[in-house]
Amino acid sequence: MKTREIYIHIPFCVKKCNYCDFLSFKYNEDIKDKYIDCLCNEIRHSDMEEVEILTIFIGGGTPSVLEESDIEKIMITIKSHCLLSDDVEITIEVNPGTVTESKAHLYKSIGINRVSIGMQSADDWILKKLGRIHNTHQFFECYERLRKVGINNINVDVMSGLPGLTLENYEDTLKRVCELGPEHISAYSLIIEENTPFFELYNSENGKYINELPDEENERRQYERTDEILKLHGYYRYEISNYAKEGYECRHNSGYWTGVPYYGFGLGASSFIDDTRFCNVSSMEDYIKNKGLAESKDSIILLSKKEKMEEFMYLGLRMTKGISINKFKKIFDEDIYTVFGKTIDKYLSMNLLVCEGDRIFLSNRGIDISNYIFSDFLM
Amino acid sequence: MADINRDKIRNFCIIAHIDHGKSTLADRIIEKTGTLTNREMQAQVLDNMELERERGITIKSQAVRIVYQANDGEEYIFNLIDTPGHVDFNYEVSRSLAACDGAILVVDAAQGVEAQTLANVYLALDHDLDVLPVINKIDLPSADPERVIEEIEDVIGIEAHDAPLISAKNGLNIEDVLEKIVTNIPAPSGDPEAPLQALIFDSLYDPYKGVIVFCRVKNGTVRPGMNVKMMATGAVENVVEVGYFGAGRFIACDELSAGMVGYITASIKNVKETTVGDTITDVDNPCAEALPGYKKVNSMVYCGLYPADSAKYEDLRDALEKLQLNDASLNYEPETSIALGFGFRCGFLGLLHLEIIQERLEREYNLDLVTTAPGVIYKVYKTDGTVVELTNPSNLPDPSEIDYMEEPIVSAEVMVTTEFIGPIMELCQERRGRYLGMEYIESSRALLKYELPLNEIIYDFFDALKSRSRGYASFDYDMKGYEKSDLVKLDILINKEEVDALSFIVFAGSAYERGRKMCEKLKQEIPRQLFEIPIQAAVGSKVIARETVKAMRKDVLAKCYGGDISRKKKLLEKQKEGKKRMRQVGNVEIPQKAFMSVLKLDED
Repeated sequence: MKTREIYIHIPFCVKKCNYCDFLSFKYNEDIKDKYIDCLCNEIRHSDMEEVEILTIFIGGGTPSVLEESDIEKIMITIKSHCLLSDDVEITIEVNPGTVTESKAHLYKSIGINRVSIGMQSADDWILKKLGRIHNTHQFFECYERLRKVGINNINVDVMSGLPGLTLENYEDTLKRVCELGPEHISAYSLIIEENTPFFELYNSENGKYINELPDEENERRQYERTDEILKLHGYYRYEISNYAKEGYECRHNSGYWTGVPYYGFGLGASSFIDDTRFCNVSSMEDYIKNKGLAESKDSIILLSKKEKMEEFMYLGLRMTKGISINKFKKIFDEDIYTVFGKTIDKYLSMNLLVCEGDRIFLSNRGIDISNYIFSDFLM
Repeated sequence: MADINRDKIRNFCIIAHIDHGKSTLADRIIEKTGTLTNREMQAQVLDNMELERERGITIKSQAVRIVYQANDGEEYIFNLIDTPGHVDFNYEVSRSLAACDGAILVVDAAQGVEAQTLANVYLALDHDLDVLPVINKIDLPSADPERVIEEIEDVIGIEAHDAPLISAKNGLNIEDVLEKIVTNIPAPSGDPEAPLQALIFDSLYDPYKGVIVFCRVKNGTVRPGMNVKMMATGAVENVVEVGYFGAGRFIACDELSAGMVGYITASIKNVKETTVGDTITDVDNPCAEALPGYKKVNSMVYCGLYPADSAKYEDLRDALEKLQLNDASLNYEPETSIALGFGFRCGFLGLLHLEIIQERLEREYNLDLVTTAPGVIYKVYKTDGTVVELTNPSNLPDPSEIDYMEEPIVSAEVMVTTEFIGPIMELCQERRGRYLGMEYIESSRALLKYELPLNEIIYDFFDALKSRSRGYASFDYDMKGYEKSDLVKLDILINKEEVDALSFIVFAGSAYERGRKMCEKLKQEIPRQLFEIPIQAAVGSKVIARETVKAMRKDVLAKCYGGDISRKKKLLEKQKEGKKRMRQVGNVEIPQKAFMSVLKLDED
């Protein structure tokens, strides 16, 4: 029996946030209906022979814009076509402004056991700036609602480095989240992406309002405080941007970093099956025309041994526990030092990597500049 | 066409200030005489180097043979030799002129006589050429041919009243020019029966035919099968083919006789055997003496050229060797830099020449280059009485061994409309210029005369001149000689280590200013790294400026969504690619373009 994960992409939002460059469109009922049909068709036509599903992640976009019947349809399709493991982790991403009581009930009853809430900030002024559709009050309501129906594994997204965000402001958000006590907290530092409204305003070349962004000192301070405050409240950092209470690490995301194969269903979704990375087309028109089927696959890459070794390093090192020297040997039948010795030694000597027993991992400073280090693991 | 009457040959070139329409007129002449069909006609046919078309300038001399049916009913052979207009390429102009008997002088009907108009006319007169003035761009609303004709007569002192008034762009009055070529440009002299005497004015390397020598036969006749000798190098070759220039191609013929312009091939593999300016003669019936060569100018600007990928050193050497064949004014010798490895110290006529060579190397030879800051040749007088000609700042002797130093000075002429005299004088002052005088060409224009240190004009003087005169000033210069000057070597230390490729020689009074700007510029160019990097400018052991590149604090990809690993990998690959384009100096990675940043110090 092979074990795999499933990612489901819901490319609809009530309104796109100002910083977001993910694949998502304004919610339109007509297109949405067609899309859900194609999505289910794609799931039904995938090869699930001898496959056990460990985790499901319904992401977006904003999956919570979907109606109850849509979610039901997707879940029933998956359950009737795939074998789910006994302790399957099923996550849905929600926007606090869109989770009604009946949706919350449905999530619970259909088997969804983990909900990720995009809170971002506990300051309404900041939320408005981000172009979020919800306010702080709605977030707390949503959280309570989910708890009440019995969701006992909740993630809350928060962001630092936002325009206009002061350190006090940010610490307040962190503290209020910690007091609520979700099992998992994702803390992202804002990245100004191209093709977003924020890029126009804040890009480092010629953004008009670049001064609104916290300066480097401040931004780094916010980032450091994340670790300090969350630690104090019993969360530990297990990945670059992710914190959890012991035992509540997101298994789905950890799978990405440790080479677990996964199916990506839906528009633009990425898959990793049989050492091959590929993704679906990102044109809604084409996706619907092809009814979500194989013709709509794009950029297929069969990983070579070299690429697999590279990924083992730069994905594995995202986890704070790092990578296992023995596991490398077992998978590739080569010594990790023969392949990457020079790079590993360089960063060990700079205290950016740490080696303890069988494991090599990033130091705190190493995490800060991880891209710089990772790029050296490309051969 | 075996029997060509010498009286029916016209060998001429077209000279002009840049952008006055030289190449366009050449196109029209070729078109009108039907040398090319319309289909073959492409704008600026003579500029067949990709780079020339793109920049709209002529770099290499080109030649073409045209048959023209004149109004007198006779058929004439025109050998048109295109010449470059930029001051950097005076040497090329000089080569072309040596092959001609006359020159068409193109003057813009709106702009009138400019600095390079004068410079080129003087060159032509030096070569005893008859000059035929032509007023171009008469279709422009601002055209004022009467004024320009007067200017030509007053300033240059040549008859211009019956000068053809044309628009090369619109093909207007081109016939007038063609007739004037017949009547005003003399037929070549020379004796086809005399011993062979032919001047090499250019050459080209062809992988199949070997070196193709462009020559003007002054006396005698050259045919395939003859044994010829290059008088300066002594090389003896057997002529395989002779011919003339169709537009963009070579057309073989039976012989080239006195007065003709054409090419010779002789399976010559070694480019060094055929130096431009040499005289070709018949081994069995040699001429008494070589033709006077022509003024060979020396390289004025030097810089280091290094392959970005050190494995490409041999390729760079081959490419330079090939380019030198077509461009005798380029010279190079191997050098090594601690920062950049193995490369070449190359000499150029000027900064434009440098840029052209650099671009040709990159395009035509597919090389990725790192260029160091250009400099001039300084003369270092040592206390032991010897003199060192310094082309690479790193080779400056220890200060204790130096008695004094000299730098090259040019005499410059700037032509400018009167409203900009102030700003231009200010500019020349800033560049340590010595004012010599001013002449009014007419009530609204003046010719400013200055002596300027060459190292003050090689970087960006031309640009500064244009911007401070809104494009109205034109400029020409001549080497004058060397003068004693207070010069120092400015060193750049990155992370406390001296980077040899960044050192340059500077006037002591400007050292602080340039050091400060250099540090600021480098701070922008060098990306943040894992640790803090001090950038210092120093004269001797004294640090005169400092900037700091702060340590990198954040380089992390927070979110990696929906398992889109490929996108993440692309980011890392881009980053790795960026690192590859860096030079490792000590433990600091310096982007290649930082080595050229000294060029842009005076921006903004």
